[in-house]
Amino acid sequence: MRPFAYVSARDVESAVEAVAEHPGARFLGGGTNLVDLMREGVERPRTVVDISRLPLTGIEELPDGGLRIGALVRNSRLAADPLVRSRCPVLAQAVLNGASGQLRNMATVGGNLLQRTRCPYFYDTASRCNKREPGAGCDAMEGFSRSAAVLGTSGECIAAHPSDMCVALAALDAVVEVRSVRGTRRVPFGELHRLPGGTPHIETALDGDELITAVELPPLPLAARSRYRKVRDRASYAFALVSVAAALEVRDGAVADVRLALGGVGAKPWRAHEAEALLRGAPAVEESFRRAADAEFAAAEGRSAPTGMPDSRRAADADGQGARAGNEFKIELGRRTVVAVLRRLADEGSGA
Amino acid sequence: MVEVRLRVNGTAREIDVEPQVSLLDALRERLGMTGTKKGCDQGACGACTVLADGERICSCLALAVQYDGREITTIEGVDHPLQAAFTEHDGFQCGYCTPGQICSAIGMLAEHKAGAPSAVTEELDGDGAELTDDEIRERMSGNLCRCGAYNGIVDAVREVAGP
Ligand code: FES
Ligand code: FES
Repeated sequence: MRPFAYVSARDVESAVEAVAEHPGARFLGGGTNLVDLMREGVERPRTVVDISRLPLTGIEELPDGGLRIGALVRNSRLAADPLVRSRCPVLAQAVLNGASGQLRNMATVGGNLLQRTRCPYFYDTASRCNKREPGAGCDAMEGFSRSAAVLGTSGECIAAHPSDMCVALAALDAVVEVRSVRGTRRVPFGELHRLPGGTPHIETALDGDELITAVELPPLPLAARSRYRKVRDRASYAFALVSVAAALEVRDGAVADVRLALGGVGAKPWRAHEAEALLRGAPAVEESFRRAADAEFAAAEGRSAPTGMPDSRRAADADGQGARAGNEFKIELGRRTVVAVLRRLADEGSGA
Repeated sequence: MVEVRLRVNGTAREIDVEPQVSLLDALRERLGMTGTKKGCDQGACGACTVLADGERICSCLALAVQYDGREITTIEGVDHPLQAAFTEHDGFQCGYCTPGQICSAIGMLAEHKAGAPSAVTEELDGDGAELTDDEIRERMSGNLCRCGAYNGIVDAVREVAGP
């Protein structure tokens, strides 16, 4: 790993000052993403400001009934918190579906939000990657895209945002509190992550010297009936091919309110606004769920197998189209997962 | 160089390390404690699992400087019924993943005892799921075994977890 200067911050003020003073400095929380990327030579900060000892570790109820989660709350603590489990099970489930027990004990909430959007070509420094090196080109376009996004991509980058937690936070209308030497500001979750467009190396709306200090969840009674479902290549400890975070309230057979967000398919944590708009007021039946899912994925763009893939490998794939190496399959898988989660929430709701 | 003070298996240790040195390398290379293994060095296999103040972590992604002042338990400091159970149930073949499996299982049992749910826990609102085989497999999924001794590992953990 490339050497760097190390600063251990005592408090939030000295942390934001230290990063402001050292151009190119990075905050270090649990280290589960940054340390890995530094070891691979993908991230090369000259200064690392260790914030892991800052007292941002509380989970509190706000006067309006919302929740305030400190940026340094570890994933495992967040998922085990009784308020989180009862008020928004979708968030606890999303967190528990991410990474492994060891990593959840290390990883922080703020770090999860700022983990890099990535794909195998981003990690492989021998490949071209516009995110790693602006203007270099993208080897994923004609390569193995199984992990890549189908929504919100650009001609420069097709990497999917890898977080599970963020999918739930997108559904829950979270607000992110950010601190820098210029003061404190609040960023709605939907505006935190940027689509790649022509600048895939810029992933969030935050400046490099801004520190996430907390995530707030507004009161959302419907979140008490919510779920996260993750579809992946193995039963545990793998990134999502497709994931769905949803909360649903059914009244008199119709959708009274709904929150829906998708993971594994979007260049950023994907709030399914189109689907939500179609669902509100619609009969809470499979047909409406399917129509909403179709609408959300209408603009999706999938990829088939890499162009250079030998015919023998293509033939080995189930449909002979090299589908496993591409990501076209995510579109139908995504639609079906949305329908399955909504159906389950509707069934549970009618039984209550 | 940064001075780092650790308690490792109950003994106070002081080392000078460059900030980029992982806790794993500090244990193995600086303190000569090679019980903790390096598999992937990127958080993907769990071979490097140690306990920090009783919580399991991947020491390969932990910078030693971040753990200044903490209590670290490695396999060298473990004396636990899991060890006999692994032998009893063939919970290993080559043994490379075993120190990580044991440390991880100790941390996992403590998490479960404290009521922490997992991704396969159906009733999140309840106060702790029964430690079924599905629960054990899910909670131990951060530890890979290239020899595929998973069935033995699950048997060993189930026996120690008790009814
Ligand atoms: S060596 Fe740390 S997880 Fe593999
Ligand atoms: S016993 Fe050989 S890797 Fe697990």
